[in-house]
Amino acid sequence: MMSGQTGPVCVVLIALLVIWYIGAVFMNAPTQIDRYNRADQTWTTSQLIEDTLAQDRPILPAPHQVAVEMYKTIFAIKITSKRSLVYHSWVTLSSTLLGFGIGTLLGVLLAVGIVHVMTLEKSLMPWVISSQTIPILAIAPMIIVVLGAIGIKGLVPKAIISTYLCFFPVTISMVKGLRSPQVIQLDLMRTYNASKWQTFWQLRLPSAMPYLFASLKVAIAISLVGAIVGELPTGAQAGLGARLLAGSYYGQTIQIWSALLTAAFVAALLVVIVGWCERRVLARMGVKA
Amino acid sequence: MTLKTVVNNVAEMPTSKKAVVDINKLSLTFQTADGPVYALSDVDLTIEEGDFVSFIGPSGCGKTTLLRVIADLEQATGGEISINGVTPHEAREKRAYGYVFQAPALLPWRSIERNVTLPLEIMEISKEERVKRAQEALKLVELNGFEKKFPWQLSGGMQQRASIARALSFDADLLLMDEPFGALDEIVRDHLNEQLLKLWARTNKTVAFVTHSIPEAVYLSSKIVVMSPRPGRIIDVIETDFPKDRSLDIRETPEFLEVAHRVREGLRAGHSNDE
Repeated sequence: MMSGQTGPVCVVLIALLVIWYIGAVFMNAPTQIDRYNRADQTWTTSQLIEDTLAQDRPILPAPHQVAVEMYKTIFAIKITSKRSLVYHSWVTLSSTLLGFGIGTLLGVLLAVGIVHVMTLEKSLMPWVISSQTIPILAIAPMIIVVLGAIGIKGLVPKAIISTYLCFFPVTISMVKGLRSPQVIQLDLMRTYNASKWQTFWQLRLPSAMPYLFASLKVAIAISLVGAIVGELPTGAQAGLGARLLAGSYYGQTIQIWSALLTAAFVAALLVVIVGWCERRVLARMGVKA
Repeated sequence: MTLKTVVNNVAEMPTSKKAVVDINKLSLTFQTADGPVYALSDVDLTIEEGDFVSFIGPSGCGKTTLLRVIADLEQATGGEISINGVTPHEAREKRAYGYVFQAPALLPWRSIERNVTLPLEIMEISKEERVKRAQEALKLVELNGFEKKFPWQLSGGMQQRASIARALSFDADLLLMDEPFGALDEIVRDHLNEQLLKLWARTNKTVAFVTHSIPEAVYLSSKIVVMSPRPGRIIDVIETDFPKDRSLDIRETPEFLEVAHRVREGLRAGHSNDE
């Protein structure tokens, strides 16, 4: 199955790297030329290209610089070190997963309520939707500050921001999914005099599974975004968000890009894991392979 | 007309058999945005124990609606109806009937066996008993050996047979079938008709069967109810006395053709009111 995809993926990857290198040369060239001029140094084009790709604090670091930094901070350092990206990733990942867990649970519960209770649909749905119109960047610091004031710090406030973001797609999809059984199937359950609970368990929930997994893939990715955003106002203590912020304080662009790429890899990994669970569950449910 | 009036009064004739479904002056009006739709009007009918009753008529004549009222899936707006002496709602609570829909409506995530055991699970019957009954029901529709298959692995006719097995699994005495073979081709249909008839002869269940095929109605039934639309009403009730173990060959006999002719006449008469 992979062999069909490897080729195209590699082509896109190589194209991106080429564009990245060209971009790095052009964006870093002005400061490099400035540096040559101040040192009264003569330079050639090949020397310029070489130097633009090896700056300490480039505007755009070259891919290999980021790769070296990532290797150093992921593999060459003890994972308990404050400089280890594994350590920071774990900090972010733990609140991502906690937020994702709570958010999914909340999302499913809200959907179940909305599908079964008419008044909940009318009263809750507008709030569910308007909750997502508030920029997370505006509300995240408030959550951190308010919870901090009552003594809740560390993992939980960040997880709550993740929850805030990721319950939404789950609720919307699950409402649709729980309503997806056909009339004929609902009639069938009625002829058996099935209770609401039995209809939910035997018909509505299994029908909603494909919808649930589609939303979980979105939810896990934005849960990570929520955790990173939640780390920004904490004063850059720990986590990938903290690395991003610290990097930007000190102009450490290579550090920023390493953290950024690590976050992307973590997100991709999480989505792949959810996709794998999806295939396992749907295969057990007899979906045509 | 005189003949018709006579047969129409079948319901009032004294009988020794137990009435399973008793319908009296039943009517049902749907309120829609375009005004009321008279789906059923003044329907009188008795279905007796062991009857195989077919409802035939053009679309919109209320035959499916009538079946749904019996099943408590629709509520009548006038008249009386009782199933085994109780209201349709109470009958549904007692799981007095098995219903077969136009489409198989199998749950795609359940194997054939687990689809058949679905009603038994809802009725909280023990697992061994469920498996045993599923085996029996699948045997009745000749689907043994397909227990572990998923619905998409079966043909349309086999899926519909599985849905019949599901309706049989909890052994209700009354079987309600709403055009169960309507979507199938003629050869498969003939075969399933034969099987259904054998099943009926063997189990002695009471069957109410909606169709719009005249040969199907005549071949299967002990009683044919001819209906006409706008408003949905019964215009003729024809009793037949073909032997229970009849074969498809009876469709070429004069008796069969005579009954089929009468059904066709009834349908035509009902239709002429339209124009």
